[in-house]
Amino acid sequence: MALFHFELVSPQRVVFSGEVDQVDVPGAEGDFGVLAGHAPLVATLRPGILTVFSGGNELKIVVLGGFAEVSDKGLTVLADIAESVEEIDRDMIARHISEMEERAAKMEPGSELDKLIARLDHFKQVNQHLIGTAMH
Amino acid sequence: MPSLKDMRVRIAATKATQKITKAMQMVAASKLRRAQAAAEAARPYAERMNKVLSSIAAAVAGRDTAPRLLSGTGSDRVHLLVVCTAERGLCGPFNSAIVRLAREKATALLGQGKEVKLLCVGRKGYDQLRRQFLRQIIDTVELRGIKQIGFADAEMIARKITALFDDGVFDVCTLFFSRFKSVIAQIPTAQQIIPAVFETQETPPSYEYEPAEEEILAELLPRNLAVQVFRALLENAASEQGARMTAMDNATRNAGEMIRKQTLNYNRTRQAMITKELIEIISGAEAL
Repeated sequence: MALFHFELVSPQRVVFSGEVDQVDVPGAEGDFGVLAGHAPLVATLRPGILTVFSGGNELKIVVLGGFAEVSDKGLTVLADIAESVEEIDRDMIARHISEMEERAAKMEPGSELDKLIARLDHFKQVNQHLIGTAMH
Repeated sequence: MPSLKDMRVRIAATKATQKITKAMQMVAASKLRRAQAAAEAARPYAERMNKVLSSIAAAVAGRDTAPRLLSGTGSDRVHLLVVCTAERGLCGPFNSAIVRLAREKATALLGQGKEVKLLCVGRKGYDQLRRQFLRQIIDTVELRGIKQIGFADAEMIARKITALFDDGVFDVCTLFFSRFKSVIAQIPTAQQIIPAVFETQETPPSYEYEPAEEEILAELLPRNLAVQVFRALLENAASEQGARMTAMDNATRNAGEMIRKQTLNYNRTRQAMITKELIEIISGAEAL
């Protein structure tokens, strides 16, 4: 399979940089897979799990919001927070969820609340996944 | 003339000072290593961000729908200068170099009949600027209790700036900070962040957007602002420690030089006194 260059960068550090087979990205409007030769694309991310396939290995990384850019040079993901599933601070996610639940309970109905609930759902999904892998 | 005891006390005091400056130098050196690593780690993100944004910006440039954060308000009457300095002194010319650059810019703008507003990040810059520009300072941000600057802190400042911009408080925003080049060289820098400026580059590929271009830009631009502020803060943190290390190294050396001189002086006086006493005894004995 053709390889392409993938970079995952967070404000803290370069999390991943290298040649890969495929990357599954959690886009704001649904997951999408990127292979070599993908058309140029700019997309926002939702909090979710990004999967990197390279040489038969699979690497799962939690990304919390950010951007993906595909150009002829490869895929660049700029994430606010990016940590591998093993290293991510689960308490931080749990704290985030309870905080958002509290805020949602107080808010008036409207587009702000809808956004918050959507974000909350994304976090819950991530959390579900994390708990799921922990039990394996 | 000071007595011998006074001189001994003086030497002891200088030695104590030297110990302090030496310790401060060591602390700055170890903090520098961490700050430098953080600043260097943040660079790729800021650079990629700039690259992505510049290609999108080139795609929407000239369109009426271009967001105001990108295209500006169309005038440049009111300038906001965001001056990022340290919370602590004793770091050589670090703070005053940034303040000087900001002051020069402010004076030049006022001379052109423009309006100037200031946002001070860090106490030291505020202390120095309020003497001259107290009325122009519209807000200050203190980062006192923060040990390691996080992205959230930068976001907080960026949100302040965007809120001011949305209220129409200013037209052009410039960020002042010190770029970390090496331990001995920190360069005070001014960077215009609103409207955003990008280096021109080759024509970008025609991107697909998901969701729509405008929505992406609406999210990307405030984030870019936060990233630029974050980078400025990290560069500043590294520069501050570098400047402090150099300043304290000089101070330690100066203290050493002072101790040498004082000790020499002390010994001379002591010997002169012994000689004088001997002369008195001998001449006393001769008189008998």
